[in-house]
Amino acid sequence: MKKLFFGFVVSLILAGCGTSVPLSDVPVTDATAKPVSTSGAPVPAATSTGVAPVDLTQSTAPMAPGLEKRVVYFDYDSFVIKPEFQSLIAEHARLIKAQAGRKAIIEGHTDERGGREYNLALGQKRAEAVVGALTVLGVSGAQLEAVSFGKEKPAAQGADEAVYAKNRRAEIRYQ
Amino acid sequence: MTRHFFALCFSVFLFAASGVSHAQFRVEVSGVGLTQVPIVISAFKGEAGSPQKVSSIVQADLERSGQFRPVAVAGTALDEVTLPNLSVFRQVGSDALVVGSVTKLADGRFDVRFRLWDVVKGQELGGQSFAVSASDLRLAAHRVADFVYEKLTGDKGVFSTRIAYVTKVGQRFQLWVADADGENALPALASAESIISPAWSPDGNQLAYVSFESRKPVVYVHNVSTGKRRLIANFKGSNSAPAWSPDGKTIAVTLSLGGGSQLYLLNAEGGEPKRLMQSGSIDTEPVFSPDGQRIYFVSDRGGSPQIYRASVSGQNAERVTFTGTYNISPTLSPDGRWMAYISRAGGAFRLNVMELDSGAVRVISDTAADESPSFAPNGKLLVYASQVQGREALMTSTLDGRVKARLSGQSGDIREPHWGPFSR
Repeated sequence: MKKLFFGFVVSLILAGCGTSVPLSDVPVTDATAKPVSTSGAPVPAATSTGVAPVDLTQSTAPMAPGLEKRVVYFDYDSFVIKPEFQSLIAEHARLIKAQAGRKAIIEGHTDERGGREYNLALGQKRAEAVVGALTVLGVSGAQLEAVSFGKEKPAAQGADEAVYAKNRRAEIRYQ
Repeated sequence: MTRHFFALCFSVFLFAASGVSHAQFRVEVSGVGLTQVPIVISAFKGEAGSPQKVSSIVQADLERSGQFRPVAVAGTALDEVTLPNLSVFRQVGSDALVVGSVTKLADGRFDVRFRLWDVVKGQELGGQSFAVSASDLRLAAHRVADFVYEKLTGDKGVFSTRIAYVTKVGQRFQLWVADADGENALPALASAESIISPAWSPDGNQLAYVSFESRKPVVYVHNVSTGKRRLIANFKGSNSAPAWSPDGKTIAVTLSLGGGSQLYLLNAEGGEPKRLMQSGSIDTEPVFSPDGQRIYFVSDRGGSPQIYRASVSGQNAERVTFTGTYNISPTLSPDGRWMAYISRAGGAFRLNVMELDSGAVRVISDTAADESPSFAPNGKLLVYASQVQGREALMTSTLDGRVKARLSGQSGDIREPHWGPFSR
């Protein structure tokens, strides 16, 4: 009992006398940042009202066109949809209109030249051009969302004109 | 002048290993500043046996500032209690001398002490002592550098501040928080999709950024020390370019909610966005002026991207850049006098600095793919992303472009730096 008490008193004394206070106060910044694991879950849209996910594999509608027929390419510094892509857009318009619950996301992209945020805005213009072309063909805006990846997700790596041309694009994706 | 003086004058190569950081950094400084204080930073007594070479960290900080020219003097490590023989240091042309010691304490911490001497006048200019854990030894060294910098230049040092930046290794993106010298990098976020535009809150506790993790750009506000984050902008379409107001209460963003890319203001806690301006063009990259009264932004309303400014209520927009056809990514010095930005000329994207009163512009880099400049909180340095030998790297530069330092990672690409504020 005495030993315990003595130990207790000693530890109290030790706790009381820490090392001397530094002459100058240096608050130590805790730079520890807990790593956040990659979130793969879709982010709930702030403006949506409980949209049920559409599973295309369950759908009775015809299958969406293959990968090679869902990308619209653009000329340098341009958002104009060239005539050669009109039939592709018409095909997708038909698909989307065929099912009221079907949603398509149009992703706009740029080549790697220039700033990230300005390129995000340019990619947005490309996505909106395709959305515009779809709505002209009667697709409801509620079934479409135009987003941009700017220069963040190139289809091809490299720094020549052939690569740039492959990256200036808008992709149509179905949710 | 000794041989050592000339050897050190134009380049210093330091390799600092840290067990904590995932990317090891080398610091290379090049260039000669306009006015530099010649200074001797003596090896600290006892530092050889401690986990960090404090004097080397102090020297690298002061050298990177561009305002100091370290002078090497061979000799034993000088501590802060011994009276130094100042004539030795006068002879090598040094104006100032830093001496000190690192002592291990009984509780495992380290006692870091230093003293600064005015070699010319033969007077001591003060000193401090810090008791720190091994993991805070670098911070103690940065505090020493801050003290020396302030005493000899009159300006506040930024060596104890932090920077945020993004790395890309293969298809893995990470948002890092590191010391201003690039060391002690800790990951705040890891993602399989891109992260761009990190922006420190004015109190240095949070980072806003754009994440593509949900396959569209959305804006998060992320508490750095807790790792907790809030989604503040996930409106229909794209959400990007967050910028904090100086009082930390408002975040400006670019939203495509109303069609195109337009500027909106959001309460920092979240909520409904308030449209700032209406234009038929791209408006993006908002930045608040330090007095909170104006917002600078990028707009192509004139046909190509230029930098404009308007009141915080979105009125009286006026153009600010008139040289060249592509000017983006503005950042403003805390005193409101300078704006740094990226300008494209002849296909090369270069860092420019404008004196706002006169409109005079100076191109301060000669690389070709500069991005994302950010002012240090004392307004004396810029950090920016650049490409060196095909790899992305972070650079710091003095405002006149004379003294540059490269902070480069060993693997992957590094981009999107943002310099944090002074800690309270």
